[in-house]
Amino acid sequence: MSTFPIPEGIRVGRSQNPWTFVVDTLRLTRRSLLLAVRMPQLIILGLLLPTMFVLLFRYVFGGAIIVPGYHSYVDYLIPGIVVQTALFGGSSSAVGVADDLSKGATDRFRSLPTSRGAILAARTLADLVRLAYTIALIIGLGLLVGFRFHNGWLQVLAGAGLALLFGYAVSWFFTLLGLFVRSAETAAVAGSVIAFPLVFAASTFTATASMPHWLRAFADRQPVSYTANAIRALMLGTGPVQRPALYAVAWSCGIIVVSATLATWRFKKI
Amino acid sequence: MTKFPMIVTRGLGKSYGSNVALAGVDLVVSQGTILCLLGRNGAGKTTLVRILATLLAPDTGWAQIAGIEVRRDAARVRQLIGLAGQFAAVDDGLSGRENLELVAGLYGLRRREARARSQEVLERLGLAQVGGQLVRTYSGGMRRRLDLGASLVGKPAVLIMDEPTTGLDPANRIELWKLIEDLVRDGTTMLLTTQYLEEADRLADQIVVIERGRVIAGGTPDELKQRVGGDVLEVRTTNAADVERVVQLLDGLGSGRPVADMRDQRVTLPTTERVQTLLAAARRIEESNIPIADLGVRRPSLDDVFLALTAPGAESRAAVPLPSSPGRSTETRTAPA
Ligand SMILES: Nc1ncnc2c1ncn2[C@@H]1O[C@H](COP(=O)(O)OP(=O)(O)O)[C@@H](O)[C@H]1O
Ligand SMILES: [Mg+2]
Repeated sequence: MSTFPIPEGIRVGRSQNPWTFVVDTLRLTRRSLLLAVRMPQLIILGLLLPTMFVLLFRYVFGGAIIVPGYHSYVDYLIPGIVVQTALFGGSSSAVGVADDLSKGATDRFRSLPTSRGAILAARTLADLVRLAYTIALIIGLGLLVGFRFHNGWLQVLAGAGLALLFGYAVSWFFTLLGLFVRSAETAAVAGSVIAFPLVFAASTFTATASMPHWLRAFADRQPVSYTANAIRALMLGTGPVQRPALYAVAWSCGIIVVSATLATWRFKKI
Repeated sequence: MTKFPMIVTRGLGKSYGSNVALAGVDLVVSQGTILCLLGRNGAGKTTLVRILATLLAPDTGWAQIAGIEVRRDAARVRQLIGLAGQFAAVDDGLSGRENLELVAGLYGLRRREARARSQEVLERLGLAQVGGQLVRTYSGGMRRRLDLGASLVGKPAVLIMDEPTTGLDPANRIELWKLIEDLVRDGTTMLLTTQYLEEADRLADQIVVIERGRVIAGGTPDELKQRVGGDVLEVRTTNAADVERVVQLLDGLGSGRPVADMRDQRVTLPTTERVQTLLAAARRIEESNIPIADLGVRRPSLDDVFLALTAPGAESRAAVPLPSSPGRSTETRTAPA
């Protein structure tokens, strides 16, 4: 059919360019962070779990766990808890995504002249900011219960960076999951179901050497172990850094690329 | 004066697996008018809304907003539309003002503009007083209004609203209707879905009735009422169990078939001969000894149209196309007696 000219007085103004992507990502990140701050229960809940694990493993189980090569168990423990926090923190992305989907917020944003990529990018960026805050608190708590850095500041920061990179990757993965399950409750359950085995079948709380052969084969090759080992090497100077760090970065980047691609694709069809 | 067709769809179809949500919908909404898409739950209203709002790709057919094809140039379409979805999509943890400023920003307004525009919308919706409060503290009606406000901040030329008054109490509903009428007066083009005939009757320039993904009728409210033909005889039974018997009793009287409305224990019958039909019906009812609560003849309401159109066997009749009158209807609409 013939197309009519657009009637006068109708603005077709907003062009999509990298700048609008950045600005909108920041706008939407601010929204997610404001929502999080105004639900302090959730932030406290997010801190509660790692705090309990720190206290539990430091004071209840810690005495019975001996990790070869580590003088003090708390030094081994805290990097593990940091990775655990990154995993659980990242898994909450699924809940946020599903919540926005089921409440119609996503429909609204997708009907606005903003880049759809910005909507997802903002989600994961906001979760990254929250994670940075949580990890800082957990390390602070660790320092209170006896954890000490045994390496230069640069390495310590690199270790924290690895934890954040891993958390960011997890966040993208769970964003993808949230886009599929669509309900916040299912997302929360799915998050735990996936996160728990990854945390426990890993070098998070103890060396994998004591695990049965089959379990160890899995534990040694999955990203939680690589990341925890790399952080230990960086923050404590125990053992070689290069191999675990390389694998940790590769895992995280791989997860980001695959999940972000699939999530963007999925987001278009929702 | 021919008006610009701001929303056009042709042969729009969409299936979810084997479930056909839309089966070839054609409609046109002229600039500055309001079209009410009337249909029951599951009729396909939300599916159509989501296609127009660039959220869903149709399987067949096409849709244009302001002459721009929705699929081909979704980014431009999004600059023209405002969407108020079926559920109020405002953030509980933000204030009313923050919600609006966020959406204004995403429409591309600068901070200053966004702030001014949000204030303007808050005032227009009577929310200026509570603009600084978290939405969590709002009533259902206030949330709805704010949600509508969010679809207004970008000054969209086309407003798409999915059941905006569902769940509102009567006072809030009337307030929202006034707002919608104001917006249309200002030149906004609107597509509004509803399950309420009263709402469509009050607001619409054009009504399109859909059922199971198909357009079963369309026209102005008056045209739709005329289709029922003349007047309507209405019988309300005392017992729900008698509704079917009354239908059988009235069959053959009037100018069409009697239609049962179980929920209201009511049977309606179109008639062109009001007095004769009323007398004949009264006689039959008296002879049958069925207790009735009410009997009368009145002007048809949109309810009658809907019942007549969606009654079993009505589809063949409904397929007859209606004459359409362009532009806004200027006739005064008589309220059903
Ligand atoms: N995402 C979906 N997946 C499967 N079926 C759907 C989906 N959305 C809608 N439907 C089905 O499509 C039909 C039309 O739904 P909808 O457009 O929501 O109707 P309405 O808004 O008029 O109530 C219904 O039968 C509904 O069950
Ligand atoms: Mg619907």
